[in-house]
Amino acid sequence: MTRHIRHAAAFCVLLLAALLVNAARVQIVQAPSYDANPANRRPEIARYQQPRGDILVGGEPVTGSRDTREHLRYERTYADGPLYAPVTGFASQEYGTTLLEHAEDGVLSGTDPMLTPFPLFHDSAPGRGPGGDVVTTIHPAAQRAAYRGLGRRKGAVAAVEPSSGRILALVSTPSYDPGELSGNGTAATRSWARLNGHPDRPMLNRAVRQTYPPGSTFKVVTAAAALDARVVRDVDAPLRSPDPYTLPGTRTRLANASRGCAGASLRVAFERSCNTVFAKLGVDVGLARMAATASGFGFNDAGLRIPFSVARSTFDTSVDRAQLALSSIGQYNTRATPLQMAMVAAAVAGGGQVREPYLVERTVRAGGGTVAAAGSRPVRRAMSPSTAARLRQLMTDVVENGTGARAAIRGARVGGKTGTAQHGVDNSGVPYAWFVSWAQGHGELEPEVAVAVVVEDAAADRADITGGGVAAPIARAVMEAVLASGGGRGEG
Amino acid sequence: MTKAGSGTPVAAAADAPAAAAARLPRRRGVEFSLLVLAVLLCVFGYCDVGLAQHGTVPPGAAGYGAGLGVLALLAHLAVRLRAPYADPLLLPIGVLLNGLGLVLIYRLDLETPGDRAAPTQLVWSTLGMALFIVVVLLLRDHRVLQRYAYVCVAAALVLLTVPILFPAVNGARIWIRIAGFSIQPGEFAKVLLAVFFAAYLAANRSALAYAGRRVWRLQLPTGRVLGPIVAVWLVSVGVLILERDLGTSLLFFGLFVVLLYVATGRTGWIAVGLLLAALGAVAVGRLEPHVHGRIEDWLHPFATIEAGQGASQLAQSLFSFAAGGVTGTGLGLGHSVLIGFATKSDFILATAGEELGFAGLSAVFLLYALLVERGYRAGLLLRDPFGRLLAVGLASIVALQVFVIAGGVTGLIPLTGMAMPFLAQGGSSVVTNWAIVALLIRVSHCARRQYDGRVAP
Repeated sequence: MTRHIRHAAAFCVLLLAALLVNAARVQIVQAPSYDANPANRRPEIARYQQPRGDILVGGEPVTGSRDTREHLRYERTYADGPLYAPVTGFASQEYGTTLLEHAEDGVLSGTDPMLTPFPLFHDSAPGRGPGGDVVTTIHPAAQRAAYRGLGRRKGAVAAVEPSSGRILALVSTPSYDPGELSGNGTAATRSWARLNGHPDRPMLNRAVRQTYPPGSTFKVVTAAAALDARVVRDVDAPLRSPDPYTLPGTRTRLANASRGCAGASLRVAFERSCNTVFAKLGVDVGLARMAATASGFGFNDAGLRIPFSVARSTFDTSVDRAQLALSSIGQYNTRATPLQMAMVAAAVAGGGQVREPYLVERTVRAGGGTVAAAGSRPVRRAMSPSTAARLRQLMTDVVENGTGARAAIRGARVGGKTGTAQHGVDNSGVPYAWFVSWAQGHGELEPEVAVAVVVEDAAADRADITGGGVAAPIARAVMEAVLASGGGRGEG
Repeated sequence: MTKAGSGTPVAAAADAPAAAAARLPRRRGVEFSLLVLAVLLCVFGYCDVGLAQHGTVPPGAAGYGAGLGVLALLAHLAVRLRAPYADPLLLPIGVLLNGLGLVLIYRLDLETPGDRAAPTQLVWSTLGMALFIVVVLLLRDHRVLQRYAYVCVAAALVLLTVPILFPAVNGARIWIRIAGFSIQPGEFAKVLLAVFFAAYLAANRSALAYAGRRVWRLQLPTGRVLGPIVAVWLVSVGVLILERDLGTSLLFFGLFVVLLYVATGRTGWIAVGLLLAALGAVAVGRLEPHVHGRIEDWLHPFATIEAGQGASQLAQSLFSFAAGGVTGTGLGLGHSVLIGFATKSDFILATAGEELGFAGLSAVFLLYALLVERGYRAGLLLRDPFGRLLAVGLASIVALQVFVIAGGVTGLIPLTGMAMPFLAQGGSSVVTNWAIVALLIRVSHCARRQYDGRVAP
């Protein structure tokens, strides 16, 4: 019997060995693939196990975290959700992340290796550290002024600091409260369905993700190209420009909304926003130089990140002369984001230099140490400094004597350009009202703010559709807010 | 320890009769030290859970430690009094596994505030250790049990049949509910059947081994000897299939084959047993949809994920083990609760695997292996066939049970519901396991005492 007991014992040893080998297979060999299985909720649980880092505006967090005591423990909260939604985006347990919440997710969720004091040892350390904070360049008063100015209208505002490229305001209306999407319950599901089904598309960030025909505001670019190409040498010399203007190679005749455009000088044509003059200037400058100037301002650049991506603004480079004429007055295939048009105004204000815009001043550890700072940004030359100086004068005239009068600020130098963009089939849609401008406070060396405003559904009243009616006062409120604090860094 | 403890006496008895008068160490002090270590380990685990979850030592830590300590001390005194030659490893392993089970259940209770299982489990553990003490004190000689073989089998059959009269719980008719406590009578039947098998095979082993016809190389026993035992086996397996408790069915079958082989030494039994098992497995796998699903789950644990229905319990269990890795997440820091249903019972090992890692899981397996090894060793030392078969049978129950459930939750074999001995939530199981340890203590005491020169065998 002894021998057989030993055999049975050997069988038990076999069972033990099988268990141990199999446990090693599951826990060591197969573990990485099991850990990465999409149905494994552990990474998700770890992600929400700690409060998320915050996004700061003007030194104050505009986000927070709420302890739900559920499996996915911490949920995102927003102090001023709709106001800052075009900056923060949302951080949802169900629907992922967008905008800054997405672009800076590594820092906010604590997985960025740079968050640990010794990045090289990060791989060996288990788990994740506390999330870091993201300090934005947003100017809270300017942001608020833009949001209040747009009110219940559909539109967007982008404001930048010309000398640095810091984005001071980024507003899109109608907006939404990203906090509604934070959780994973039925409330979030319902909000998601409602927001996605809404005809006004509240989750669309119109300031950076929507392009519009820029209309007459594009004439700033055309004027810059004409001056730089020396097609126009004297802004006060009359130009040989007919009214109406027959588009080259066609019988289509282009007319003006305003009088006195035939033979007008560049200054007068800019003030009165003469389509005929600028269409002909575009043709005279030629496609190559127009395209070069447009891309100098940032058009046709699909790679811009602020740090989230910005929709590509377009200036079509495969056009005939008639199409070039229309492109040069901001129609045909010319399209721009509000941020791009703010960059156009900033280029004029900044002496012809375009600084790449950015939204994140720096990222900091929970303890306060800086992880990464914005540093100096690439600079691009859009036009010569003398052209910029002459354009500043033209734009100032628009505000002092022309269609942009409602943007004027007492005690400050303000330059602007209105725009009305036709769109829709046979131009049947309510035109978009545009206003781009910059402002320089009294005693300052250079303009401190450049802003672009677009209002999609300006009232049908014709006077209001022109950018000067609806959009200019909004731009003015934003500029005033920045000037009042003594520049973009006042509250930052 | 093996060499010093029990290896030497065998050699002494066989080779050197002159040394037979030597005094055999009783090793109760070793048992006491190991018990202290076991209790401290459990209290440490209990504190660790509280520290990981709330940053404080849980308020019940002292009470828990004192309770477990007092129970262990009483059991130790009982052993000292009535089984002084018993194997010193058996009781500490039981205490450590039971304490670890309580820690794991307490830890999972924190995730399910509405369903607290640890207090009940503590009551059952106390009952189990009380039964241990009673058995050690009252059962002076295991050979007494031989007389009650047929009483045991009758009782086992009654216990197996009773739950059929009660409503099914989660698809299995294996529970009876009395006064808020649910009891699983099949658990007690295991020990009773082991006693019966051991007694019957001890009495009839020569007849089973040598009589009967010879077919090719297999020597078949006569129907007269074989009849009763096959009948008992068929009835118990039939009842289990009716109750849909396949794990226990598998366990009985395995126990039956192992004891038959050990008693007769006929490999023919193993061949017949494996053939029967294969036939049974194919038939049940085909016919029973419940079992068929389990086999499908085992072959394709992630099929439900690919079908977009989320992870199955087995998949979640595998995720748990994988998340543990080599060193584990630490007690209280895993997410085995994602398994959902039966986390504290059938899937308790997943929590051990995730929070203690491969290292901790291996340690748990080795504790079981040590328990089984001590049982087998007692079987080897004993001289009476009944005692040998009883020791081997009881140890095999533990070994098979651990293999069936641990293999099931780690995806080695198809999953069948069964309690992890000592660890899993379930009162009947804990009480039964303490009864098994008590019997092993008694058997090992008899086994070693016979080599003490001062005691008449």
